[in-house]
Amino acid sequence: MSAAVVPSPAALSREPAAAPAMPDILPEVRRRGGLWGAALRHPTISMGAVLLLLMLFVAVFAPFLGTVDPTALAPARRTRPPGEQFWFGSDMLGRDIYSRVLYGARVSLVVGFAVALLSSAIGLAIGLVSGYVRLLDGIVMRVMDGLMSIPPILLAVALMALTRGSVGNVILAITIAEIPRVSRLVRGVVLSLREQPYVDGAVAAGTRTPMIIWRHILPNTLAPLTVQATYICASAMITEAILSFIGAGTPPTIPSWGNIMAEGRALWQVKPYIVFFPAVFLSITVLAVNLLGDGLRDALDPRMAKRL
Amino acid sequence: MLRYIGQRVLATVPVMAIVALFVFSLLYIAPGDPAAIIAGDQATPDDIARIRESLGLERPFLVRFGEWSWQILNGDLGTSIFTSLPVTALIAQRIEPTLSLMLVTLVLAITVAVPLGVLAAWKAGTWIDRLVMAFAVFGFSVPVFVVAYLLAYVFALELDWLPVQGYTPIANGIWPWLQHLILPSVALGLVYIALIARITRATMLEILSQDYIKTARAKGLGQRAILFLHALKNAAVPIVTVIGIGIALLIGGAVVTESVFVIPGLGRLTIDAILRRDYPVIQGIVLLFSFTYVLVNLGVDLVYTLVDPRIRY
Repeated sequence: MSAAVVPSPAALSREPAAAPAMPDILPEVRRRGGLWGAALRHPTISMGAVLLLLMLFVAVFAPFLGTVDPTALAPARRTRPPGEQFWFGSDMLGRDIYSRVLYGARVSLVVGFAVALLSSAIGLAIGLVSGYVRLLDGIVMRVMDGLMSIPPILLAVALMALTRGSVGNVILAITIAEIPRVSRLVRGVVLSLREQPYVDGAVAAGTRTPMIIWRHILPNTLAPLTVQATYICASAMITEAILSFIGAGTPPTIPSWGNIMAEGRALWQVKPYIVFFPAVFLSITVLAVNLLGDGLRDALDPRMAKRL
Repeated sequence: MLRYIGQRVLATVPVMAIVALFVFSLLYIAPGDPAAIIAGDQATPDDIARIRESLGLERPFLVRFGEWSWQILNGDLGTSIFTSLPVTALIAQRIEPTLSLMLVTLVLAITVAVPLGVLAAWKAGTWIDRLVMAFAVFGFSVPVFVVAYLLAYVFALELDWLPVQGYTPIANGIWPWLQHLILPSVALGLVYIALIARITRATMLEILSQDYIKTARAKGLGQRAILFLHALKNAAVPIVTVIGIGIALLIGGAVVTESVFVIPGLGRLTIDAILRRDYPVIQGIVLLFSFTYVLVNLGVDLVYTLVDPRIRY
């Protein structure tokens, strides 16, 4: 195409030059593809990713960031305000809050990622089966409706009441509470994909069902599933903190943000810093994941982006 | 229409049955043998076996589930292991604060969120819109107890405008009651406000691009009439739906909010029950909240069939 008289970049199209400048409904000609391009076009992705990577760094390298043993007691140095020795102060057992908060990042991130992965995988499987096997669909979806009508936090609390508090059990309880939403989402996508002409085409060409699912259905569920997974990650982190805060989460021996806040609860009016630092870290981490999710949604699903 | 309402009401029955089954299984597999607890420390295994027999604990799962369901339908939620009081009595004692908190939050959230969403949609793309959206992202990200502590610190401890904690029954007067509920409601409502504002904005944006809105503009209708009479009315269904669904957020958040503000409601009851592993109480609370949630959403469904003349079944 000879670039003769080009009115505006938006009009760089197959239209003859005589046509009036097109409004911005045509896609830009050169778009950087891939993850890097998406990150450039959607600043929320890069913002969220940078914050999240920072947290990840803190979590992984917690032992080398000037921390001491997060469970070391020092009753003589209880509830010191933030200062040179205790950067974020010390709690009522004399433990260093800075170290506890940094190590706490591990619990939050592990729970967030594990729940997002597990519930996506299980929800995907249930959603695929439900969307493809008519016989099971009714039963499975009634069960999911039932589980969904129990508020997620209460469901997790009820499950945690049955077991000992451990990180594994917390992950399991939150995963079970999140599965219904994922399987509903996947089922909806599968049902609408099954009506698509290209799926009909594949059926007509004699492709077998497992192949159709693998090649045509599965790839198309990945975009909405990824977005959903980030939101689940964010809400799982909040749920974990809430569970620990009310005493139904990780055992008190493990420094998690919810636990640190629970321990600071009794003293928060006089020593607000015990609650303050884990609260700030938790909020920033959840914000990072949510920003990432919003960016991914805009990048992966432009129609949705227009609406929300 | 009546047939549709009947269908919707009937559709909640299997959902509630599943909830009940789940909650019953919870007690069924809960560690700890009720017979051993009743028998006491001196009991021999024979004694325990006899008590298990008399309590009917040896019978099959489904038989016990049927019997238990019948009790529930008759308003009997069992007896608390720890206090030996009926669970219904415990819930009745604690329900007023929680109900007050949720109602005030609901009213506050709707009156703030809907205008905020409308404003953002009207000013779409401007800094006002961006501000509202940024607020919504923050609302989703800052956990309820963080907001709660922050508000309590600023408005109760530093400024001393409102009480730090506690609850006053409504019988002691409207203002003392409301005064204790303002901070908890704002804290609890933030995520709910974010959710409703976001959906309101999204729906309004879609509707404001419709032809009948252009017609209304063309015939010279005022901005306010267009926004609130034409657009908002048509946006009502998704907004009302999300208000119903979002109740789940309120229920979960209430437990935490009550804990921060030391409100003696169902949330405190839940936490105490967890710490003491008082399964009948946990069971009763989960059942109560879930059934309420199902019924609220049923109500929402029915309300817009009555209100929205476009929905015909």
